Amino acid sequence: MSRSIIVSFLMRDKVGNALLAVLLALAIIVPFCSLVFEPGDTFYLSSYWVTLLGKYLCYALLAVAVDLVWGYCGILSLGHGAFFALGGYAMGMYLMRQIGERGVYANPLLPDFMVFLNWTELPWYWQGFDMFGFAMLMVLLVPGALAFLFGFLAFRSRVTGVYLSIITQALTYALMLAFFRNDMGFGGNNGLTDFKDILGFNLQHPGTRAALFSLSALALAGGYLLCRFIVNSKLGRVLIAIRDSESRTRFIGYRVERFKLFVFVVSAMLAGVAGALYVPQVGIINPGEFAPLNSIESIVWVAVGGRGTLFGAIFGAWMVNFGKTWFTGAFPELWLFFLGGLFVVTTLWLPKGVVGLSAQLSKMRRSKAASVAVSEKSPVQAQAVEAEPQPQQASQVAPEPEQQAEPTPKNLDQGAANV
Amino acid sequence: MSKPKHIPQNTLLYVDGVTKSFDGFKALNSLSLIMEPGEMRAIIGPNGAGKTTMMDVITGKLRPDEGIVMFEQDIDLTQHDEAEIANLGIGRKFQKPSVIENLTVFENLELALSGGRGVFQSLLHKLSNQSFGRIEEVLELIRLQDKRSWLAGSLSHGQKQWLEIGMLIMQEPRLLLIDEPAAGMTDEETALTAELFKQLAQDHSLVVVEHDMDFVKALDCPVTVLHEGSVLAQGTLEQVQQNQQVIEVYLGR
Amino acid sequence: MKTMLNKLLGLVGLVVLSFGVLADDWQQAASGLTGKSSNDKLAAIEAMLEFDDPRNAVALQGMLDAELYYVKADRQLVIATKSGRSFLLTDLQGESLGEVAKSKIKRITVNNRIRREIRSGLAMMALAGPDEDARFSAVRSLMANVEAEQLPLVEQRLVAETSAKVQDKLRELQAIILLENGDDAQRQSSAEFLGGRMDAPSRNALLRAQADEQNAEVLAAINESVARNQQLLKLNRAAENLYFGLSLGAVLLLAAVGLAITFGVMGVINMAHGEMIMLGAYTTYVVQQLMPGHIELSLVVAIPAAFLVSGAMGVLIERGIIRFLYGRPLETLLATFGLSLVLQQLVRSIFGPLNQAVITPQWLSGSLEINGVLALTYNRLYIIIFSFMVVAALWLLISKTFFGLQVRAVTQNRAMANAMGIRSSWVDAMTFGLGSGVAGIAGVALSQLTNVGPNLGQNYIIDSFMVVVFGGVGNLFGTVVAAMTLGVANKLAEPFTGAVLAKILVLVFIILFIQKRPRGMFALKGRMVED
Repeated sequence: MSRSIIVSFLMRDKVGNALLAVLLALAIIVPFCSLVFEPGDTFYLSSYWVTLLGKYLCYALLAVAVDLVWGYCGILSLGHGAFFALGGYAMGMYLMRQIGERGVYANPLLPDFMVFLNWTELPWYWQGFDMFGFAMLMVLLVPGALAFLFGFLAFRSRVTGVYLSIITQALTYALMLAFFRNDMGFGGNNGLTDFKDILGFNLQHPGTRAALFSLSALALAGGYLLCRFIVNSKLGRVLIAIRDSESRTRFIGYRVERFKLFVFVVSAMLAGVAGALYVPQVGIINPGEFAPLNSIESIVWVAVGGRGTLFGAIFGAWMVNFGKTWFTGAFPELWLFFLGGLFVVTTLWLPKGVVGLSAQLSKMRRSKAASVAVSEKSPVQAQAVEAEPQPQQASQVAPEPEQQAEPTPKNLDQGAANV
Repeated sequence: MSKPKHIPQNTLLYVDGVTKSFDGFKALNSLSLIMEPGEMRAIIGPNGAGKTTMMDVITGKLRPDEGIVMFEQDIDLTQHDEAEIANLGIGRKFQKPSVIENLTVFENLELALSGGRGVFQSLLHKLSNQSFGRIEEVLELIRLQDKRSWLAGSLSHGQKQWLEIGMLIMQEPRLLLIDEPAAGMTDEETALTAELFKQLAQDHSLVVVEHDMDFVKALDCPVTVLHEGSVLAQGTLEQVQQNQQVIEVYLGR
Repeated sequence: MKTMLNKLLGLVGLVVLSFGVLADDWQQAASGLTGKSSNDKLAAIEAMLEFDDPRNAVALQGMLDAELYYVKADRQLVIATKSGRSFLLTDLQGESLGEVAKSKIKRITVNNRIRREIRSGLAMMALAGPDEDARFSAVRSLMANVEAEQLPLVEQRLVAETSAKVQDKLRELQAIILLENGDDAQRQSSAEFLGGRMDAPSRNALLRAQADEQNAEVLAAINESVARNQQLLKLNRAAENLYFGLSLGAVLLLAAVGLAITFGVMGVINMAHGEMIMLGAYTTYVVQQLMPGHIELSLVVAIPAAFLVSGAMGVLIERGIIRFLYGRPLETLLATFGLSLVLQQLVRSIFGPLNQAVITPQWLSGSLEINGVLALTYNRLYIIIFSFMVVAALWLLISKTFFGLQVRAVTQNRAMANAMGIRSSWVDAMTFGLGSGVAGIAGVALSQLTNVGPNLGQNYIIDSFMVVVFGGVGNLFGTVVAAMTLGVANKLAEPFTGAVLAKILVLVFIILFIQKRPRGMFALKGRMVED
């Protein structure tokens, strides 16, 4: 047990390490291809592609955040899009303030939509957003504070399972309605757009776009490392315990609500960062980002990739979004059929996602091999024997949990245990 | 809820006049029970006698409608929640074995290890050699040394029961509440469990709810019979087995 | 003024004298209608009204409807209706005069001033008519345009009138006239009489009088009545809001009651519930397309049709997806959400992305007038009644029938129900079908209130869940109370906050409420719930 935690988990998560290497490589290669090569070169990447790939990275970070709460702690939040959007709005407000006199109405202080609404003063909650540092702080604090407030109330009163899911959905729906209102002071329907530059760099310039891409890659890598640190610590095991058996965890003496609150807030902040990186790349943030469908889409990324693995969430986000880009280009009317079908197929046949599928296949192969070698041992035992008999054996890809409850429709609260 | 005037000295658990009803049905009806440190007590009773509800009340899962539940004479358990009560030193084993299926045997025990229940303590937790040794001890006690890296979900029913008992021991509680530990165990395992409990009773207090009379006999400890939410009889197993009322409601059938 | 008085005297005289004037005299009087200036026409109308001649009604109504013409050659007044390129002529006694070209005739044009005069003339005539409702509305139209000259006729009609309802309205009209033109005592009693009258003319007359009145005593009476009216007005507005709230509650109830079965009784999270509603609404549309000649009956046909369509879809969903996911509610949630996307796209592909026009039958339009301020629209009234009927039927089905007994047995103890020979999987499918079918029925009702488009269901799913969770899962009564509470709360908040903010506040309220009572208002208690 003398090995440091960092060394031990760096050694274990091979897929994750490969992924981190890919992210670092992307952070270098994509800007290189975009800036060094000229249009027409084989390796040239247009701004369109840089932006699109950057978007995928932001979605992947959101997926990691969702996986942290859902995959590890069993909290199915249908409102994570709200934290993403709030982070995006915080960034958007900074970008709006940067426009200054270059707006249509050339007002040095007020964004265009406020002038249009005949407002004469900047609302108090827009103060300070001209400072980049303050805005970045808000990117973390606003989603974090909302998650804290909501989680504090919900977890303390033990709202779990589908009840929690439904009220998180109501939360993002209420926020969407609120942000659609003009007098909220966030641009109403149109949201915030027409951004000019960030920290003085022109947002249209390929260099800025490449830099934002690299930042997104690094943020994703950082988010992945942070989540991996959390889930590999003892706290991570407490989270799994809460997911599998909340009441047992309580009777062992853990204050379940505090653990849930902690990951919920961390996850919300990560989602906020993802949103903040997303907005300058796509150039707009509007209340549509709060739509319940967006939050649920991020759930399907994680489900398709494989929940409770972190890297599965990233793969899932990439796969589904690549599918979306392709479908909406080639067969726009088929996209919703595909997405809807994906939900059904994943839940019915791929409960552990694509990652789980490959793990399951390799397990089957291994257990065949093992059963030849040690014929008297059970498959799971064989797996355990094969692995180094280290106390802290990874439980990243867990076998199918035994169906505890009778499969009756009444077992509502069993949800947390079985997901 | 009025404070009792006098709780006898040297009392670990003092339950007096506890009533809990669900929609008019009294699951507990003015139940009283006193446990002393180092005492082992077997509780028997027909289904619906209030055994599980009693445990729920003591461990803070349910609040009683009325009555007093005091731990170590001056701690009012009705004012604490499950986690706090667990940390006060009351451990509970459920009827249905409830271990964390997706963690290994070792991790289950590590989770139950006393101390360090805070969020950030958990985040930065490192297992000391001493704790490691303690887990090894318990692994040996519950005979799961060679299965430490198994996922708890892949253990047999009896092994899960043992793992859960092991988790209880890791918590270092002063009072253990154990619900039907022998259920689903082989005869050999049952005998071993009884041995283990007797061993534990040397420095813990145990409340064991059980249906299996052979197991209760093997425990060789005072028996309390519950019926319709209150105590029907108390004494040695032989005494209660001869009690006419007990025969009527429970044993005789 | 003088001519008006003449006209009235003439009318009064006519009633007494009955018939006795020559037909040519009427024609003489009406000839002014063919004149060019409005004044000519106004004078002609006055002159015509001095005769009690059936041609008055035909001519005046013809002018209002822009169907009164005169033949250019002989200046004879005719009613002309377009028939292809030419016009069919009838004279004012209804005799056909054959077809002529457009160039042969000329329409008698009217302006607003003439129209007003015609209306009050027609109303005067209608006052003596045989139909009670026509007399009543005649009084009301006179109230909109009171003139002192009407007083003798009104007082005379007051004596002759047999209907209490019309008499009461006449008295109100009399009071309005006297409030402006009577002596002190008359003004005072009129002011007192008009207190508590909700029709706009009465309220306005009081307000006008309040500004003009010199006599202190009368003014006091006026002030009192105005204050009383203000009070009543507020009360009526509140009643109207309550009515809107109840009807919104009924809509929520209809949308949620199917969910109260699938989610509340079975514990299945069906995120495609909204799409079951949408299918019901589209079924209504299809039924109307299939029977274009019988729109009045279409809803009666659509209700069972929608129940069958959505119910069958529900059974399909249960057998195809949900039964594999029992005990895994979060997975059920995701799978059914996916399904909802598929169903939306399916409808979009078949019917197109635009809203479909569902026709409202005649018997659903219009409103029930309580007084001048408060009118209850029939469609909302029917929805309130309908929603309660649906809930009552469901309650009877669950609590009084053998099927209901099976449902309850399966949800409470599946193993025992199986042991007793109940095919629990069949009961599951049927229960889910029932909940979905009821959602379909809700869709028929909603098609009368909102746009029928692919997103119809999506707009109701969150609200529906809020209602069921707020009311307490598994409790039909709780669902009713929750729907009505949320509906009324929403509408009562709206005047202060605006519609969107009211909705947000209600959502926030429920979110906070669930923190306080995670199992809703009327939670089931007991050990069964604890597990």
